[in-house]
Amino acid sequence: MSPWFEKQRHLIDFTLASLARRKGRHLGLLVVFALLVFALASAMLFAHALRHEAQQILDGAPEIVLQKLVAGRHDLIPPGTIERISGMRGVQQVHGRLWGYYYDPVVKANYTFLVPPDNSIQPGTLVIGPALARQRGLAPGTGISLRSYSGALYSFAIAAVLPQASELASADLLLVSEADFRAFFSYPADHYTDIALSVANPAEVRNIANKLAKLLPDSRPILREEIQRTYASIFDWREGIMLALLSAAILAFAILAWDKASGLSADEKREIGILKAIGWETGDIIKMKFWEGALISLIAFLVGFIAAYVHVFHFGAPLFEPVLKGWSVLYPRFVLTPVIDGLQVATLFFFTVFPFLAATLVPIWRAAVTDPDAVMRT
Amino acid sequence: MTLRPSTVAIVVVSTLAAAFVGCFIDAHFIVERTALDLAQTQTLATRLGLADLALFTEARYTRHPVQADLHSAFQDHPLALEHFPSGSLLPPHYEPLVRETTTPD
Repeated sequence: MSPWFEKQRHLIDFTLASLARRKGRHLGLLVVFALLVFALASAMLFAHALRHEAQQILDGAPEIVLQKLVAGRHDLIPPGTIERISGMRGVQQVHGRLWGYYYDPVVKANYTFLVPPDNSIQPGTLVIGPALARQRGLAPGTGISLRSYSGALYSFAIAAVLPQASELASADLLLVSEADFRAFFSYPADHYTDIALSVANPAEVRNIANKLAKLLPDSRPILREEIQRTYASIFDWREGIMLALLSAAILAFAILAWDKASGLSADEKREIGILKAIGWETGDIIKMKFWEGALISLIAFLVGFIAAYVHVFHFGAPLFEPVLKGWSVLYPRFVLTPVIDGLQVATLFFFTVFPFLAATLVPIWRAAVTDPDAVMRT
Repeated sequence: MTLRPSTVAIVVVSTLAAAFVGCFIDAHFIVERTALDLAQTQTLATRLGLADLALFTEARYTRHPVQADLHSAFQDHPLALEHFPSGSLLPPHYEPLVRETTTPD
């Protein structure tokens, strides 16, 4: 073993023995530090994985969704609009969509009714989302009665439940046939909720959107690119809110670390004085303290990160659930696909381990360069 | 024979470092294992033309933030205070528009 390595090991031996003398204080610091890294890493991992998942799922969203607006509100697409758009150059497919909301007073939850574009649902039946099936205790073959907004009672048979794996996108969905949708909501004939368009050349999407806005000034085109950007910004925002809430904890830790590091106790000062008096060099004392800071911060970082990983990707982030859930009765149960951003992890490492190391080393350096006699007397 | 404290420290840090690397390996395997589920969700979303995630089902501007009115936080009536908890977690989203809007939507 090289002498350098052996020397470092002796320094670590000494450091750990010194830490063990104030066990409670240092263990407390380690636990608080690890908890802080855990909270920060959980927020980062969760938001990044959710952002990635949303991006993947929404890759298949319609290229353009066209809404009609009346007085700034979403309104029904009147007959004739689809025909006007169909003739536009560059537009490949135009499809009138039918969807809407239904409040179920039984479980106090909102459902999203949707007619699939291929209208593949048999009249009198429903295909339902997994969260809805769970909440109402439904399974294929069972039935459900819903009172429409006009007051009439409609009974449907459950044909299928959408796969549990797709819950993030389909938790509250109720897929219904066009005839049932129009009857249930008393929807006027030939009217649609909005229009989905596909464009032959993806580079032309913005031009088509501009043409649509000119052709139908009372409409609002929403592009797939905008949909994805919106979701990216939503998760950035949410991550920001979590980090803002955690900033109080970060500040508290900074005060704790600063207090611990900068205000050397009389014991520690005496220890430094004695070490210098018995022949330790300033460099050795700084190295010893470096190992102290490095071990505490490295162990806290690793423990915090590993715990955050397990919390988010193996337990479904239960600590964040109450915040994210809000008042939603139907909240999707999903396990996120773990996508770890190396740069984020490196940033977290840099902003937790390095400041702590610096806060440990600077005051020690100040104390270590002073005269041992003076240090021991103070 | 008692172990030297530095040996204990080396073992603890090495174990934790291995577990840290293990997180990345575990993530890789989970991504491979769940690729089919994700593909299934993507297919469903494409088939149904879904443009939003079912994360918050409590209000229309949280269920379909992309398709709700632009100034969605106060859309119920002027000066309506936001009262749904997830409303406070969702930003109004006019910023990421890729085009200049010409109509007052």
